[in-house]
This record gives sequence, C-alpha cells and structure tokens, in this order.
Amino acid sequence: MIVNEQVAVDHGLKKDEYAKICELLKRTPNITELGIFSAMWNEHCSYKSSRLHLKKLPTKGKKVIQGPGENAGVIDIEDNDAIVFKIESHNHPSFIEPYQGAATGVGGIMRDVFTMGARPIANLNSIHFGSPQHKKTKNLLRGVVHGIGGYGNCMGVPTIAGQTSFDSSYNGNILVNAMTLGLVKKDKIFYSKAAGLNKPVIYVGSKTGRDGIHGASMASASFDEKIEEKKPTVQVGDPFTEKLLLEACLELMAGDSIIAIQDMGAAGLTSSSIEMASKGNLGIEINLNKVPCRETKMTPYEIMLSESQERMLIVLENGKEKQAKKIFDKWNLDFAVIGKTTKSKKIELYFDEEKVADIPVNTLVENSPMYDRKWKKAKLPKRNIIKKEDIKHLKIIDVLKKVLANPNVCSKEWIWQQYDHTVMGDTIQKPGGDAGVVKVHGTDKAVAATVDSSAVYCWAHPLTGGKQVVCESFRNLISVGARPIAITNCLNFGSPENEENMGEFVECVQGIGAASDYLKFPVVSGNVSFYNQTKDQGIKPTPAIGGVGLIKDYKKMITMDFKEVDNLVLVIGKTEGHIDQSLFARAILDEKNGPPPEVNLFNEKNNGETLLKLIDNNLIKSAHDVSLGGIITAVAKMCIKGKKGINIQKPKYLINELEYLFAEDQGRYILEINKKNFKKVADILNKNAVHFDELGTVNENEIYINDKTKVTIDELSTSNTNWLTNYMSK
Amino acid sequence: MKSSVITFPGSNCDRDMDVALKKFGFKNKMVWHADAELPKSDLVVLPGGFSYGDYLRCGSMASKSKIMQSVINFANSGGMVMGICNGFQILVETGLVPGVLLRNKYLEFICKNVFVKIGDKNNKYFKNVNNDVLEFHIAHNEGNYFCTNDQLKEIEDNNQIAINYCDENGKIEDQFNPNGSIKNIAGIFNKEKNVLGMMPHPERMIDASLSGEDGSLFFKNLINNLK
Repeated sequence: MIVNEQVAVDHGLKKDEYAKICELLKRTPNITELGIFSAMWNEHCSYKSSRLHLKKLPTKGKKVIQGPGENAGVIDIEDNDAIVFKIESHNHPSFIEPYQGAATGVGGIMRDVFTMGARPIANLNSIHFGSPQHKKTKNLLRGVVHGIGGYGNCMGVPTIAGQTSFDSSYNGNILVNAMTLGLVKKDKIFYSKAAGLNKPVIYVGSKTGRDGIHGASMASASFDEKIEEKKPTVQVGDPFTEKLLLEACLELMAGDSIIAIQDMGAAGLTSSSIEMASKGNLGIEINLNKVPCRETKMTPYEIMLSESQERMLIVLENGKEKQAKKIFDKWNLDFAVIGKTTKSKKIELYFDEEKVADIPVNTLVENSPMYDRKWKKAKLPKRNIIKKEDIKHLKIIDVLKKVLANPNVCSKEWIWQQYDHTVMGDTIQKPGGDAGVVKVHGTDKAVAATVDSSAVYCWAHPLTGGKQVVCESFRNLISVGARPIAITNCLNFGSPENEENMGEFVECVQGIGAASDYLKFPVVSGNVSFYNQTKDQGIKPTPAIGGVGLIKDYKKMITMDFKEVDNLVLVIGKTEGHIDQSLFARAILDEKNGPPPEVNLFNEKNNGETLLKLIDNNLIKSAHDVSLGGIITAVAKMCIKGKKGINIQKPKYLINELEYLFAEDQGRYILEINKKNFKKVADILNKNAVHFDELGTVNENEIYINDKTKVTIDELSTSNTNWLTNYMSK
Repeated sequence: MKSSVITFPGSNCDRDMDVALKKFGFKNKMVWHADAELPKSDLVVLPGGFSYGDYLRCGSMASKSKIMQSVINFANSGGMVMGICNGFQILVETGLVPGVLLRNKYLEFICKNVFVKIGDKNNKYFKNVNNDVLEFHIAHNEGNYFCTNDQLKEIEDNNQIAINYCDENGKIEDQFNPNGSIKNIAGIFNKEKNVLGMMPHPERMIDASLSGEDGSLFFKNLINNLK
C-alpha cells in the first residue's frame, strides 16, 4: 500500500503531523511505520494535548516510591510493603461493546499492576451512564456490570468499592474507569526500563490476533453515527488466560531473570517495545515471524497494531530463557524469543527476512507532538437565591425519600452483589461504605481505597470541582480510619480541540493539583481520556480520583453504620447552607445553575486530621462523610446500614431546616460517639478549632426531626434499595 | 490432621482454603492438578474459582485432570473429599455426587451472605455442630442445583442433602433461595457421606473482621471430627 497524506489522515493523523513524520524520517514511511506512528502519536498514547498541564501536578512525597510514567504508581506502606495502583479508562470500547469493553478495561489495569511485580488485591471502578430513561442505558449498565464481574471474579481479585452515576451528558458516551491495587515487596518492584545490549526480548501470554487493531486510535476520536462499524476495534478478553499469566509472571518474578517487563496494552506490541527501548535509551530488534499468531497470514502492520489481550513483553537476562520457558510451559502459555536489545536506538522490525520498519525511537516518543491547546477560563456562576415560597410546601421526609431513591444516591447493591468482593479472604469493608478496605495479607495493616468524581460540580466550575473531588477522596479514606497517602486520576473529558472542553480539563487539573498539593496527597499515576463526545456534544467534565490510604491497625477501622442506641451524633465542619448544584437544587427544585460549594482546603485538612486523631484515641463509633444530599442523606444512610434511628435537633443558628439538612457544604463528617466521651471529643475539636454541631442521639428505628417529623428506617431503606433493582428488572 | 488442596489452572480460592485449613490446625499441602499422586491426606479439598475459565461447562475440564483419578479413588475408598463452589461443580462432573449445577436463575453472579440449614448431622462434616443454621457466604454464577425426580427421591431417602438455603430462623422457602436450586439445595453428600459438595465458602468466614465466623465453627468442628 502506498502511503500518502490521505492514508495518514485516515489513520487519525493531522496533515502537519504527517509532514513532521516525513521530516523526522527524511523519507515517506511505509504502511507499517505509518501504523506505528499513528498508534504512538494518537491522543491516548502520546498525551499530546494534556502533557503540558499534567506536568504541573504534584507527584512527589515521602511515601511515593514511583510516580507517573511507569505502568502504575507505587507507594510505601511500611515494613518493606508497597502498594502499586492505577486507574484507567475504557470508555469508548465499553460504549460500543459493553461486556468486552468493560471486561478488558479491568483486565488491562490488572496487567498494569502485576507487570510491576505486585499481586492484585483489590479492584474498584467508576462507571457513568446516560439518563435512566435513555433507551441504551439499561443494556449498557447490565453489560458493563457483567463485564467487570466476568473478568474480576474469574481473576479472583475482590472488587471492593466503586461509584455509579447517571447523567444525560453520558447518553452517547458512557464512562468505564477501572482501578486496581496490588501488593508488592518494596525490593521486588519491576520496571519497564530495558537495560543491556543483546538481551533477549520475550513475548509471553496469549497469541496475537486481529482484534483491537487501532483500538487506541478509536479511543482518540469522537463518536458519530458509524460507531457500530468500530466493533472490530474492541478487544476480546480472556480472564482465564490472564489468571494464568498473572501466576506465571509472579512465579518468574520470584527469581532474578527479568531486566524489564511491560504489558501490551493500548497499541500492543508497538507501544510496549517502544516504551522499553525509550526508557532504556536502547534499540530493539524484533523478528515478527517469531510472534505467536492466532490467525494465519497476519501482516507486520496487523501484528504491530493488534490489541489482543493478556500479553506481556519481557527483557530477560541472557541464559535465563530455558528456565523462564519452563514456567510458561507449566501454565500453558506461549513463550517466544522474538528479538533483542540493540545499541541502534531504533525500532527495527523484520518479516520474511525483510526489514519492514526502521524508526528511531526518539522520533516516536520525545518528538511526538505536544500541543498548547487554546482553552477558555470558566467564570464562577452567580449564586441563586432560594425563595421561601419555593420551598415552604416541601416536606422533609418526602424530599428525603426522593433523594434516597435518586439514581445517583440509591443503593448500588444490585451492582456490587455481582462482583466477588470477598475472594482472597481479606476484605474487611465491603462495597457500600465510604471506602473499601482489605487487610494486607497476614499482617495487622489494612489498605483503604475509594474512587470518586463530581461531574456536576466540575461542570459548574471546573477549578472548584477539581479541588472538591480530591477532598472527597481524602474524606472517604479518613471516614474509615485510613491515613490518605496518594491518588491516581482518570481524566474523562470532551474534545481538547474545543476551547470550552479544553478549559474544563485545564482548570480541573489545576484544582486537582491545588488540593493534592495542599493535602499532601500526591498524584502517582493516571490516565487521560479525551473525545468523550458524540458529534459535538461533550460529556460533563468527569475527573475520577482513586485514593489510597493506610490503616495501621485494622481493628481501628471505622464503618458508617450506627452502632448503639443513645450514642451522640455530631456533625463536624461548618454548614453554611450551600444549595446551588446540590442534589436538592437539581433534583427537587429543578435548579441547574449556580456555583458548586466552595472548597476550603485548610478546613478540609484540619477537619480530616482532627478526625484521625479522634479515631486514633478510640473515640469514634461510626463516621461518614457528608456529600451528595447533605447531612440528612448521610445520616439516613448510617441509619439504614446500622438498622437504627436518630432524634435530630437542628442547631439553632441562621439557616432554615431544609438548607441545613440538604446543603452540600464541604469538609464535613457525621460522627457517632459514646455520650460519656463527649467532653473528650469536644475538647479535641475545640483545641483544633474544628466547628461542630450536636445533631442528635441514636434511637431504635426511626428518624425524628425536631420532635415533630418522623419516618421509620424500614421505609427509608426501601426507598434507598428499590430503585435500582426495580429499574433493572423492568 | 493432613489435608490437600488441589490447584487447577484458574482456581482462585486455593490460597484462601490453605489459610483457613492451617488456621484451624490442618497440615495442608497444595497439590498441582497435573500431579498423579495425592499426598497422604485425611481431607482433600477442591477449591473455588474458575478452573479452565469455566469454559465448556464449569468443572468439566478439571474433572478430567490427571490428579482427579487419585481423588476419585481416594473418595471411593472412603476418603473425605470436599468441593467448594467450583469444587462442587467439579465433583458433580466426576459423578461423585449426583445432579448438575446450572446458571443462577436470574443469570447474574451473586456474592453475599446467606443462611443455610444443616440437613443431616450424621456425618463427619456436621456432626457435633450445635447450631442448626449457619451464616455462610456465597459467590457464584452457576450454583443452581438441579437433578431428576428419581435422583431427588434417592438423595432425600438417603439424607444426602447437606445444607439448604433458608432464613436466619431456618425457614426453607423460595424467597431465601438465591439461585433457583431445586429444594433450596446448597450442598449435598454422596451416599456414604464422605464426599461433600457445597456452593458456600466457609473459608471466607473465619474471622470476625471478615464476613462472619460460622466458617471458623465449621472448620473447628471438622478437624475435631476427623481426629
């Protein structure tokens, strides 16, 4: 096939990018080379629109062993233990083919983690669908949940937490973000940097087929009406093979024969080989005839661009091939020496004894395009004034029931019951709490993880929204008694070529950076997903933040269910009555404008740190952060989980009842304490200048508000649990 | 007491079972599916997971692996063999216990705590368990037990039903049946009651901080019965 500008454009390259390729090579690329360039230079692999801004994120810290740039981030959890973790998007494939798209998303992120030598110990996910009324939503939700479960369950890795939301902006472009945590010994972490000359380059895992060719390019473009035609670009997952690959890799990693290892994810053999060569400042030579293929007559182009799953590339020490092969034979996996490292600093491919590609590595990596895209700064919207007559007819209990049954608040049990969340026998906090918690096997330590996003806040004001998501992650970890350590981010946005969408990206990233810097909660890994749009309609900006924290003694873990009648309930953090962009405003008052709640980083840090002190002093019986739906929603969930009630007395200051109970001011938590400890708790809160309200006392099974309004917990529980089950069974 | 846990390609509860058995005093060995000989054992466990990816039919390929001939011989000579979840599916495929396990009624994987009522205590697995109802944990996609009417009559006549899904008070009703199993069956024995297949995972219930502690009760009792 003759390569020209049109062929390059068909590969998703821009005309000037094609010109740059010709200039760098000082010739016209052949079709295989063009395919390689298009795979490496697309948005998904090159981060060409985002790199400039991502550089500004805080990525260092005392506990950070490895920041962004590797297969996943690594943090220190003491005693020579480390946690490897990352979140990644699989949005486009999941919309086209929900089961396989979601399944391979989960498979891909687990591979990123065990590539570094870590055994995966927990999965999480953040999934976002269109309006429940949209005709595609139900099937997409069912397919995605089956896909996530199908892969994770088979791998034997518990899915311990997640987040599901519905918003019409995802009607034509759902989001599926998968996150994995793995456990590794600090001195047994593996990296992707190749080193040494003439070292064998090994291919292991599944055979290469024609599936997923150009998957990464597909993920770098907007959707249009021809979307169905893109089904062949979706990869097909085989979790069984991945389970074998996991065990085989960990068995090989127990020895000392691996120099570098890299999974074949987006852009398959192309990006994995180039990544290893680039990091090691070396060249790699590959004989494509040696690559195990599933189908006959595959061309070099197809072999290099296939995104067949469950494959790894390894650079081995010389002479270790036989020993390594034995392990992969035992697990019935392909093992092939396909090339070697060279000093050429080029990627050189041979097929049928002919050289089919010859590209300097730096042209693909360092010289890849980087854009300073135009972006528009968002204005802070004006606050709405709620008129008394608009809300005076509202009855708190009716509103509360509506809020609890809202698709974005309701219990997601229908989803997480389909995920094995207890395999590995270390899950001590299941889905449905503030964060999932697993024990570090065989120790008293536990690791907490949460994944959060607040697209509505980010849409209303990206800078504030970006900060808020990081704070929410911080709070969720603290609510279970974990000290927050670091985050991973999955940045889901519309087109970077649209100034408003690009502005949303830039300012959300600024917000994330500001909060993570202030809270000492650095970003150690992540992924950017642009072009989440159909035609010109972009999604609401949805950065998803995956947070990880450590509980030193798992017996000190906190859950959110109310524990005992007569215990006192406090709210810490000040309630100003911020209603704009709250669920109350959007779902009850149908008011979609206004700014999101303000984020005060000092208060976030101070309130959180103080709560950790209280937990450490064994003063807290249960805790829950206040987020969507405000104080009353948070309290209702604690009641439902604990099968207890509460007598609430609204503190007598300023705002009215509805504002107090449904406002979404930030930096707040609900705490349950034993009455006899009140003085101790109040002293610590006062000493640290943390505002708190006495909200009420725990009772048997009803919510009483100011002695006049009441509702049974059973009733609330029904509102909360039925919506999703009914929706999915209709 | 010596136990063996078989690891098939795709097993994923083998480690959990190893941890549980050791916690309650078994000297456990992990045995690879391609081995021919079982080590000397007082109990052999086929663990949960997705042996061979559950391809073809759950448990079908694993039931033909090399080690299984020794396991079958061991069972036929009266040895204690317990299959949990995928292990139960493998047992069914070998014919050591009657019936089949179909896809769950609502076609969805289910992971949650359930209550089970012990159907028969005249065996080494449940003898001396004080409670009649245990809180166990299930996590499966194909746990819908089915057998012919003749088979059902036979297993009922021989008291081969080990456990049934029920509520916390031991009431066995349709609404407490998570997967559509015939007669709420969660586990069954072979005729001689040395072979037990069950869907619930007692190994996930061995610590108060996990899903519960009725698994501890089960294993403590089991090792005492074997002594």
